[in-house]
Amino acid sequence: MKKTGAQIFVEALKIEGVENIFCYPGGATLNITDALTDHSEIHQIVVRHEQGAVHASDGYARASGKVGVSLVTSGPGATNTVTGIATAYMDSIPIVIFTCQVNTMLIGNDAFQEADIVGITRPCTKHSYLVKDVKDLARIIKEAFYIARSGRPGPVLVDIPKDVSSGICDFKYPEKVNIRSYQPTYNGHLGQIKKAIKQIAASKKPVLYTGGGIITSGASAELVKFAEQLSIPVVNTLMGLGGVPGGHKLFLGMLGMHGTYAANMAITSSDLIIAIGARFDDRATGKVDEFAPHAKIIHVDIDPTSISKNIKVDIPIVGDSRSVLKKMVEIVEAEKEEFKAYKASIGPWLNETEQWKKNFPLTYVRNGTLKPQYVIEKVFELTDGKAIIATEVGQNQMWTAQFFKFLKPRTLLTSGGLGTMGFGFPAAIGAQVAFPKSLVVDIAGDGSIQMNIQELGTAVQFNLPVKVVILNNGYLGMVRQWQELFYEKRYTWTCLECAPDFVKLADAYGAAGYRIESEDEVESVLREAFHNGRPTLIDVKVNPEESVYPMVPAGASLKEMLLV
Amino acid sequence: MRHIISVLVENEFGVLSRVAGLFSGRGFNIESLCVAETLDPTISTMTIVTSGNEAIIEQVLKQLNKLINVIKVVDFKELDYVSREMVLVKVNAEERTRAEILRMTEIFRGKIIDVSPKTYTLLITGDDEKLRAFLTLIKPLGIKELVRTGPIAIARGEKVIKLKDKPLEGGEEDG
Repeated sequence: MKKTGAQIFVEALKIEGVENIFCYPGGATLNITDALTDHSEIHQIVVRHEQGAVHASDGYARASGKVGVSLVTSGPGATNTVTGIATAYMDSIPIVIFTCQVNTMLIGNDAFQEADIVGITRPCTKHSYLVKDVKDLARIIKEAFYIARSGRPGPVLVDIPKDVSSGICDFKYPEKVNIRSYQPTYNGHLGQIKKAIKQIAASKKPVLYTGGGIITSGASAELVKFAEQLSIPVVNTLMGLGGVPGGHKLFLGMLGMHGTYAANMAITSSDLIIAIGARFDDRATGKVDEFAPHAKIIHVDIDPTSISKNIKVDIPIVGDSRSVLKKMVEIVEAEKEEFKAYKASIGPWLNETEQWKKNFPLTYVRNGTLKPQYVIEKVFELTDGKAIIATEVGQNQMWTAQFFKFLKPRTLLTSGGLGTMGFGFPAAIGAQVAFPKSLVVDIAGDGSIQMNIQELGTAVQFNLPVKVVILNNGYLGMVRQWQELFYEKRYTWTCLECAPDFVKLADAYGAAGYRIESEDEVESVLREAFHNGRPTLIDVKVNPEESVYPMVPAGASLKEMLLV
Repeated sequence: MRHIISVLVENEFGVLSRVAGLFSGRGFNIESLCVAETLDPTISTMTIVTSGNEAIIEQVLKQLNKLINVIKVVDFKELDYVSREMVLVKVNAEERTRAEILRMTEIFRGKIIDVSPKTYTLLITGDDEKLRAFLTLIKPLGIKELVRTGPIAIARGEKVIKLKDKPLEGGEEDG
């Protein structure tokens, strides 16, 4: 059947099961925008800024596990997506970004609203396409979705010129994808897995160091099972939080710069690190030369480039975290005999880690001022830990990682790799679209929230009752903290002397606004805000110079922690 | 350490830029690059000369493999191979030097491919060492211009770089 490019686009999205897209119109989108008019089965959330559209599609993908989709116009519409794309790329989030483009005849002519977006985004996309002929459109869309969600997921950009969306051809959606140069490896090499198991059986101080790969591959249950099978303590990266229930007895917390004492000491004392779906990021490892100095390293990752990139690995296993963990659980089950000696000698190590946990828990000083950590603990308490939590970047992000005990995967949406301020609010909007009935909370700072605050309009227009808890300290707190510690308290640029009245601002947008100024208001206001059914800003005036501890200074080894 | 890497890629627009962008974006060295279509017109070969320690070369190979349009990556350090590059040299050819240039070109089994009243244009092929030796000898006679390809390489003997699936990277196999 003959269809226009725009109609093919709509049909292809339906076949891919896309129920929601985050979009912003422009001259170049018009063919597609118009074709979507009569297709309310694809829910179209119109944002206020294209960066918001991409972050929202990213939050949608993180919360639901489905591919997030955004659609924007050419030129500035396209360039506004770049931060969102780079954010998703660093955290391996499956999204497809459709940018529209000027007519193919005009490409390269510096036409109005023309930008070489494929060129601009090449280093921060998993793959990208410029569709030059409407006949290629269906195949390219099919490939884009496949590439975005398979292997190590990531953003795929498809640039559609206006004459391609108006062009006409026969529509047939391909059933299969055949890319001869792209075949991700899911099943780990059995020989390597067996070698790893042997190494574990011979270890006395093993630690599971797990990251976002656990969340992406849905390996939580397998991870918990494996850890329990062999009583191996687990530390998480920021991206891995929720992969093991926050209160689990084997869970030592997050490692790294603002990680727990127990997690960092366990890594430093360990004789065997079993890294799964984590990539030895500098914020996690601290000084690389002194990371796990006594340990052999097993590394399971679906992306071979992550293996031996920062740290030399002893036993590499290329494969999907879930499939490899499943295999490991099976092998351990079948070879119980092999683990007799191991099990007899693991006790002292468990005691040691338990002592660290008990003696150096995450803590903060309660002194009558309103502490941000207290607010986060209350959010956890009042939601039974069941909310979907987004964060911005900086202190708000680290306190959330420390004091909200994530119980389930896909409940923390945070820009881990790129560290994008302004991510949390639109990401929370995306998650709310995916789960209209869930409570979605963005834990923000007064700096970060101002980076994409315009999306309040989106939340109000589409009745998305996202709650934004602004930990308002009047500073760009994390940078201020570094200035306090390393730049003799010269708070250059970091004091936000002019901020809006967030309560009035919420009101101006038609959202609900609250202010909290003391500890005793926290519970009652949060309770009301969480039940009001409306998009809500909660301006919490926290202690201005509170800092995030523990802290490993940049470039120091994990054992050099500043505790409070 | 200098490595010659052969990369089979989809013969599509934008692929060269992905490969070049990978090298610049990750701070890898690129000493020379030759690109041309293979017998199969849907595939091109890029022959890249790069250098770095073992860890860097491992990353170069893995990162190249990761690009969606890259079909196969071969590091010639792992194979016995022959390689050649080519240089075109325009030299001053005056009455007193003409015979000398001709002789030298013959010794190096080169060719004269263009002649003008005052210049010769010479073509020499060989490996890096041979070309350098030739250029050192010819330089005193007056080089006006020089154009050089990077090397291209092929495995020795019956070994053929086959177009199967991407090889599984180091991590996959034992050791």
